[in-house]
Amino acid sequence: MKKQMNYIDSVHRDGRIWNIFVMIMMLAFPVAAGLIFQAGPDWHGFAMGLVATAPMYWAVAVVETITYVPMLGAGGSYLSFVTGNISNLKLPVALNALEQADVKASSEEGEVISTIAIAVSSIVTTIIIILGVVLIRPLTPVLNAPVLAPCFAQMLPALFGALGVVFISKNVKIAVAPLILMLVLFIAVPALNASTVGIMVPVGVLFTLGMSRLMYRKGML
Amino acid sequence: MEFSINSPVLFVLAGIIVAVVLAQSVYFLVKAWRRAKALGMSTDKLKRIARTAAIFTIAPAIAIVISVMTLSKDLGLPLPWLRLSVVGNLSYETIAATNAESAMGLTFGQVSGLSATQYVTIASVMTISILVGIWLVPLIGKKLLTGVINLEKRDKKWADIFQNSMFIGMISAFVGYVFCDVAGAFKGDFKGLIPVCIFIVSAAVMGICGLLLKKTGKRWIMDYALPISLIVGMAAAIPITAWLS
Repeated sequence: MKKQMNYIDSVHRDGRIWNIFVMIMMLAFPVAAGLIFQAGPDWHGFAMGLVATAPMYWAVAVVETITYVPMLGAGGSYLSFVTGNISNLKLPVALNALEQADVKASSEEGEVISTIAIAVSSIVTTIIIILGVVLIRPLTPVLNAPVLAPCFAQMLPALFGALGVVFISKNVKIAVAPLILMLVLFIAVPALNASTVGIMVPVGVLFTLGMSRLMYRKGML
Repeated sequence: MEFSINSPVLFVLAGIIVAVVLAQSVYFLVKAWRRAKALGMSTDKLKRIARTAAIFTIAPAIAIVISVMTLSKDLGLPLPWLRLSVVGNLSYETIAATNAESAMGLTFGQVSGLSATQYVTIASVMTISILVGIWLVPLIGKKLLTGVINLEKRDKKWADIFQNSMFIGMISAFVGYVFCDVAGAFKGDFKGLIPVCIFIVSAAVMGICGLLLKKTGKRWIMDYALPISLIVGMAAAIPITAWLS
C-alpha cells in the first residue's frame, strides 16, 4: 500500500509542476507576441471578449474537472487537462484501454494503463497535428473534400456507438434511467445539440450516480 | 518587426509550447510504463495497449487537423495549432475566437487581415478563458482521487458501481446527442437520422467483433475492435448521408 501511495503521490507532484509550467508557457504566448510585435491588447475588446467567453467556460471547466478526474485517474487527468479533447478522445481511449487490460479504473493497474493510453494518444495527436500544419497546403484539398466531410461530421456517433454497446451491455440496470432521461431531454429540448453535449455530461453523470445509489440502497444492484 | 498571422516567430513560439506538452506526455508515458512493469504487467500487454491507443487516435486527430485548417482562415496557423494541441477543442476555440473577434467589431470567418493588437487580444481571450482546467486539476485533483480511494476502502461494491455509473452517465449524454434531431423525421427531414444510423452501424460492428472474439478467441480482435468500429462507422457516413440528405 505504501508503494502505491508513493507512486500516486509522485504523479501528483510531477503533474502539478508540469501543469503549472505549461500554464505559464501558455500565458507567455500572447505576452511574447505582444512584446515582439510591440502591440498591447485592445483592452476594451479584451474585456468584452473575456466577459462573453470566460464565465461560461470557467463554470464548465470546474464541473468538467470534478466529473472527469475520477474517471481519468491521476496521470491521465494532468495530461488530459493539458492536451484537451477529453470527451471525444482521451476518455474513450482510457476507457477502451481499461477494458482491453481488464483492470479497474480505481486500481493502481488501472491508473498506469489509463495514463499510458492517454499519453500515447496525446503524443500521436500532437505529431499528427504537426504533420497537418507542415503539410497543410497539400492536405487542405484532400481533408476538406466534400466526399469526406460526412465522415468527420459523424465521428462522435461512430465513437459512442462502439463504446456505448460495450459499456451499456455490461451495465444494463445502471444505464436504463440515464439513457431514457438523455433521450427525452435531447429530443424534446431544441437547445441541446452538438455544442451543448459537453454541458450535459455532468448532468448525466450526477443523475446516474443518484439513481445508482438509490438502486444500490434498495438492493437492486 | 512587421506583423503577420503566419509570422515565423509565432510558429517558433507555438512550437516551443507544443514541444513542452509533447515532453510532458513522454514523461508520463515513461513513468507509467516503468510502474506498470514494476507491478508485473508484461511488455507485450503494454505494447498492445499503446498500439490500440495510437491507432484509435488517428481518425479523431485528423478531425482536429481539419479544425486547425478551419480556424487558420481567420487566425493564421500558429495560434490554432497551439490552441488545438494544448487544452482546446474546435467548438470551444471557435466560440472563443468568435466572441473575441466580435468584441472588436470583426466577424468570424470573414476576417482578412488582423492587426498585431487584434491578434494579441484574441490570443489573450482564448488563452485566459481556457486555463481553468490546467490549474484546477493540480489544486483539487488529489483530493478528488483520494475521495475515490477512500470510497473503495469503505465499500468496494459501491465504489465499482460509482465508477461504472460515471462512465455510463457520460456515455448516456452522448447517446442523447446522437438522437437530438430525430424529431425532424416526422416533418419529412431525415437528416437527423444520419447520426442514429452511424451509431447503429458502429455498435453493430463492435457487437460482431465481440462475437468473433468469443468464437475464435483471437486477442487481436479485441485490440482493434474500437478503431475498426470507429472507422467503419465513419466510412458508413458517406453513403448514409447521401441517402438521407
